[in-house]
Amino acid sequence: MLSVCVTHRLGDFTLDAAFEADGGLIVLFGRSGAGKTSLINAIAGLYRPDRGRIAIDGDVLTDTASGRFVPAHRRRVGYVFQEGRLFPHLNVRQNLLYGRWFARIGANAREFDQVVGLLGIEPLLARRPANLSGGEKQRVAIGRALLARPRVLVMDEPLASLDEARRNEILPYIERLRDEMGVPIIYVSHSIPEVARLATTLVVMSDGQVAAIGPTAQVMGRLDLFPLTGRAEAGAILATRVTSHDPAFGLTILAAAAGELRVPHLDLPVGTALRVRIRARDVMIALAPPEGLSALNVLPGTVAEVAAGDGPIVQMRLDCAGEALIARLTRRSIDRLGLVPGLRVHAVIKSIAFDQHAFAGVRPGAASADAEIAEG
Amino acid sequence: MSFSPEELTAIKLSLRVGFWAMLTSLPVALLVATLLARGRFWGRALLNVFVHLPLVMPPVVTGYILLILFGRRGVLGEFLADHLGVVFAFRWTGAALACAVMGFPLMVRSMRLSIEAVDRRLEAAAATLGANRAWVWLTITLPLILPGIIAGMILSFARALGEFGATITFVSNIPGETQTLPTAIYTFLQVPGGEAGAFRLTIVSVAISVAALLASEAIAQRASRRAAGL
Repeated sequence: MLSVCVTHRLGDFTLDAAFEADGGLIVLFGRSGAGKTSLINAIAGLYRPDRGRIAIDGDVLTDTASGRFVPAHRRRVGYVFQEGRLFPHLNVRQNLLYGRWFARIGANAREFDQVVGLLGIEPLLARRPANLSGGEKQRVAIGRALLARPRVLVMDEPLASLDEARRNEILPYIERLRDEMGVPIIYVSHSIPEVARLATTLVVMSDGQVAAIGPTAQVMGRLDLFPLTGRAEAGAILATRVTSHDPAFGLTILAAAAGELRVPHLDLPVGTALRVRIRARDVMIALAPPEGLSALNVLPGTVAEVAAGDGPIVQMRLDCAGEALIARLTRRSIDRLGLVPGLRVHAVIKSIAFDQHAFAGVRPGAASADAEIAEG
Repeated sequence: MSFSPEELTAIKLSLRVGFWAMLTSLPVALLVATLLARGRFWGRALLNVFVHLPLVMPPVVTGYILLILFGRRGVLGEFLADHLGVVFAFRWTGAALACAVMGFPLMVRSMRLSIEAVDRRLEAAAATLGANRAWVWLTITLPLILPGIIAGMILSFARALGEFGATITFVSNIPGETQTLPTAIYTFLQVPGGEAGAFRLTIVSVAISVAALLASEAIAQRASRRAAGL
């Protein structure tokens, strides 16, 4: 159980944020300047907030009311920085072992081998940081933080300085971390694909405050948060499972509670659980089951909410067998079709809308199986 | 090339004075450089000026001030002689003190620049891995500033070998006690027929300087390659 409550003034900016979360991977999401990094720096003990209380599993790390402040080196909060921050004068092995010495953890070869194996960094052990690629550096930085046996791992946009290919190289490792290591992770990001793929709990931050917190699919499905989650990339997240492949047409069929989805072939075994993000701008609405239409995916549902507003574009939320689907339409269409809550409609999604971004940064058919398991 | 016993004494004394001047000022210089680079305290600018004084004052003035402070009747000299048995006046220790003071600004400057160049974010990273401030300094900061420390030491040593004005003012020019290479060369030039001796010592002086610079270059290059992670 992680409990954070921080108030801190920095010039014109005021951080005033509080949240509580249980384990898993908590993403702090928001634009740059929203206060995400300030918040995790407070958790790591890199500064003393004006007011606040931070506790992990009941162990109080910061409490300004009682004057308690555990210094950073005694918190056991592992930190993966945006730029890696590997020690340039030490080789990779020495970097990895740096924290273990202070944590008084003996040479536990099995744990070392496990982490090194998980991150795929055996071949790098004798190298120096200057000779590593950006992606390699970040994997070593993750290993270094993990090997100090942190109670919580905080990661500050660990993929932000990397290109798309490097990101896709590291994402699977972070997923395995979340699913296999059992260390709670607080992950700072401003990328919707990363959120969709990684987050179990989503904390949306804006102007130094927490705008929303909850299970990822639930928060992503909230229309009122659209201005914060970014209109272009935002959309609902569906939990699906691979049910079969259609080799004749090169398609993969996914089952969601809402219905079946046909997507371009994914190189995944039948039964694999997969998160699919359906961008609001890729969803069309029909009043009757469409005929003579090229789109392959039609999901029946009920209009649950139409966002208020007088701009030309309006977001609406559909309830498809209990799952939220978000559509982005012109206000004129809403008006013409008479879309009001309670109306039964059909959501239409073109199969090619499921490009690599729909699977959160994974190229369909190109990546290995474990790269695409979002929730196993 | 053979040296007279007098010349050999001057050479050995010069090396000894330079070595001790460098070694004893090292911890003080490191402390002052750290204070100047990192400290936020009242009088920091004043300390900076004070440290740099020997660089800009005439060496004779520095020597004279040392004489006032550390001479037999000096404020500090009397105290040190009576209570600790340390005497600077007209001893080789005094020559070492004069050389240490003259080389101090160079040493501090070199160290301070390298401390300021250290990426403090690396120190924060070390703290999140469990290192307290002392360990951070020892395992991260110190290795990263090692090239600057070495450069500072060499500069101080080289300055000591060339030091003339402050030394001769403070501890005079006593063969076997305070007569270093520069003062010995000066003495040779004052007597008829002394040119040969002066010339031999000049060659030694040049040789030591070149060797010191080459050594420092080699060590500093290795250290900075290490610090840069190559």
